[in-house]
Amino acid sequence: MPRIFLPLTLLVAAMFAYAPIMIAGAPIESTMFLVQKIFYFHVPSWFVMFSGAFLCAGASVRYLAKGSREADHYAVTGAELAVVFGLIGLITGPLWARKAWGVWWEWDVKLTLALVVWLTFVAYMLLRRYGGPGSEKLAAGVGIFGAANIPFVYYSVNWWRTIHPKTTVVPTLGPGMRGTFWFCVLAFMLLMVLIVAARVRLERQRALVDELYLNLED
Amino acid sequence: MKRGRVGWRILLIWVLLAGGPALASVDAQQPPPKAAQDEFVPLDQLPPQEQLPAAPLLIAAYSVAWLAVAGYLFSIWRRLDRVDRDIAEVGRRLPRT
Repeated sequence: MPRIFLPLTLLVAAMFAYAPIMIAGAPIESTMFLVQKIFYFHVPSWFVMFSGAFLCAGASVRYLAKGSREADHYAVTGAELAVVFGLIGLITGPLWARKAWGVWWEWDVKLTLALVVWLTFVAYMLLRRYGGPGSEKLAAGVGIFGAANIPFVYYSVNWWRTIHPKTTVVPTLGPGMRGTFWFCVLAFMLLMVLIVAARVRLERQRALVDELYLNLED
Repeated sequence: MKRGRVGWRILLIWVLLAGGPALASVDAQQPPPKAAQDEFVPLDQLPPQEQLPAAPLLIAAYSVAWLAVAGYLFSIWRRLDRVDRDIAEVGRRLPRT
């Protein structure tokens, strides 16, 4: 593990411990009131989801072009991040919507596309788990197409009429909300860096185990 | 008998002709239906029985996020532990050179 891993872990733990205090102290939004505070974990979880998806796609391109095993380790890590943090977003969103919109779910463009992208990365993981030999290349294609949908998810609120707030929400946040929001985003992104480091190490170790078993058989 | 039936029919037509405008005038006295926007009630002005408490939803959302992150970190730690044990096991079985 890199030497920075332990201090970074402590920093992320401290940030996640302090985040609820900042969120509690942030101003209450004037139309949705208390439930709007879900925003401070909901949006950063999508930041990590999108980052994981782009990491998966970038590493998949490299894997397909160069055949790099290391790139494949990053691709599977990115896909797993997309699944886990996408799930957080897909659960916290309906909890917020129930109060703000009166419904748990609405089949509008933003929500439906987000679900489709998440399902694409679930498909990636299933392919990796049960696809057998050669599934890495198929999965790489799935990962690239999954990430290609992300701009549509993000800009869908501007292109089509949807119930979901537009992309202008974050740039127009009030001062008390802005600091808390970006603090939470930073905490989530640093957590992502930690997870990538740990998860890539896991993939390297697995590759080493396979190599050792092959040597043992020879 | 026949004259009686005709009389009833005339009476019925008269009632319909006279009653129609009367019913229409009753309808006209009703207040016009409100536009949907006029029926909007701000969240804080809803009666208590119609308000959905925000705190349980907020707590549920944060609990889900924390549990998912903690569970995922735990799963990575367990998988790393298992693979390290596998490496040690294979290392023991490999002939020393």
